[in-house]
Amino acid sequence: MDKAEQKTGLFSVATALFVRDIRLAARRSTDVFNPLVFFVIVVSLFPLGVGPEPNQLQLMAPGVIWVAALLATMISLDRLFSHDFETGSLEQIVLAPQPLTLIIFAKIAAHWTLTGLPLVILMPLVAMQMNMTTDMIYISFLTLIIGTPILSLIGAIGAALTIGLRGGGVLVSLLVLPLYTPVLIFGAGAISASAQGFSPDAHLSLLGAFLALSLTFAPLAAAAAVRVSLD
Amino acid sequence: MNITKYAAPVVFYPLAGKLIPWFAWATGITLTIGLIMGLFIAPTDYQQGESYRIMFIHVPSAWMSMLVYVVMATAGAVALAWKTRLSEMLATACAPIGASFTLIALITGAIWGKPMWGAYWVWDARLTSELVLLFLYLGFMALQASIDDPRRAARAAAILALVGVINIPIIHFSVEWWNTLHQPASVSKISAPSIHPSMLWPLLINAVGFHLFFATTVLMRMRTEVLIRERHKSWIADIVGVKP
Repeated sequence: MDKAEQKTGLFSVATALFVRDIRLAARRSTDVFNPLVFFVIVVSLFPLGVGPEPNQLQLMAPGVIWVAALLATMISLDRLFSHDFETGSLEQIVLAPQPLTLIIFAKIAAHWTLTGLPLVILMPLVAMQMNMTTDMIYISFLTLIIGTPILSLIGAIGAALTIGLRGGGVLVSLLVLPLYTPVLIFGAGAISASAQGFSPDAHLSLLGAFLALSLTFAPLAAAAAVRVSLD
Repeated sequence: MNITKYAAPVVFYPLAGKLIPWFAWATGITLTIGLIMGLFIAPTDYQQGESYRIMFIHVPSAWMSMLVYVVMATAGAVALAWKTRLSEMLATACAPIGASFTLIALITGAIWGKPMWGAYWVWDARLTSELVLLFLYLGFMALQASIDDPRRAARAAAILALVGVINIPIIHFSVEWWNTLHQPASVSKISAPSIHPSMLWPLLINAVGFHLFFATTVLMRMRTEVLIRERHKSWIADIVGVKP
C-alpha cells in the first residue's frame, strides 16, 4: 500500500464522494429540479381529477402526497449510477481499495440530500393545495423526513441492478415500487391517523424500524448489485 | 456418496429426466384423489354452501406461491455464495411457476370473493399481499429478461429475490395492519377457528399434489434451461443426436 492510499481513510473517502456528487449535481441543476417539479405537478393534477371539494382533498392528501413522493424519487433514481457508468468513473469507484458498501452509502446519502430533502422542504406548499391542516403538515414533515431516506436506500438497489440496461427507467419502477409499499402504508397511515385524532406514534416507530433495517442492508445489497452489473 | 456431483448439469440432466415421470404420475394420482374428495365427497359447508369448494385449489396455490418464492430466494442465495450454475437455473425455473401459482390464487380468490363478499376484489389484507407478491415475481422475471448474459441475469435476479424475501414479511404485516385500520372486520372468510377433518384431508392431499406438481414442472423447466445454457457443449450434442 503506498502513501497516497494510506491517507484516504474511510471517512474521508465517503465525504469526498458525497461532496463530489453534490457538486456534480449542482452543475447539472435541471437533473435535481426535474423530480421536484414532477412532484408538484403530480399533486396538482389530483384536484383537477377528483374535484376541488376541500374535505375530500384533505382526506386524500396523505396518500396523494406520499404516492407523488414515491414517483418523484423513482424517476430520480436514474441519476444515481447511470452518469457515473457512462463516464466510466463507476468502474474506478468499484476498484477503490475502500469497501464498496461505504462508497455506495455516501452516494445514497448524496441522492437523498438532492431529492428526499428538497421534497420534505417543498411538501408544505403542495400540502396547502390539498387543504391540509397545520398539524397534518407537521406529521407529514416527520413521516417524509424518516421515510424519504428509505426510498433512496431501497431505490439504490433497483438502480444498481439496472445499470446500463435498455429500458432501465420502466424496469426500475417494476422492481422498486412493490418494495415501497410498507413505506407508503406507514407514511400515509401516520398522517391519516393523526388527522382522525389517533396517535401517529406507532406508524412513525414502524417507519423508523424500517429505516434502521434498510440502512443496515440496502447499501450491502446495492454494492453487491453494482458488482454484478459491472461484471 | 458425494451429493454435490448432482449439481453438475451433465449429471443432473439425465437424472431429472428419470425423475420427472415419477413425479408426474404421483402428481396425477394425488390430485385426482384430492379433487374427488374435495369436490364430491367433502360435506357442503353450512355457511358458504358449495362455493367453498374452490378452497381446495385456492389455498394450496396461495401456500405454493409463498413457498416457491422462498425456494427461489434460497436458490438465489446459494447461487450468489457458491456460484453454482444449477441453483441459478433452479431460481430461474421457479419464477414463472411461482407467478402462475400467485395468479391462480388471485383469480380463484376473486371468484370465491364474489359470492362471499359480493365483489370480485376486496382490499383484503391477504389478497393485497398476494398481489404485491405477484408484482415481485413480475419484477424478478422482467429483470432477468432484460439482461442478455444468463449468468449475470441470474445473479442480479438473485439479489432482487433476496431483497424481496426480507421484504415480504414486512409487506404482509404492513398490509394487514393497514387493512385493519381502514376497514373494520365486517367480512371474515372462515369464521370457525378450526376446520373439520372431512374438509382438511382433501385440502392436505391437494397441497401434497401441488408440491409434486411444482417438483415436476420445475425439473422440466430446469432441463430446458440446461439445454439452452449448455447448448455449445459436446454432451448436449450427444443427447440431442446432432454433431456439433
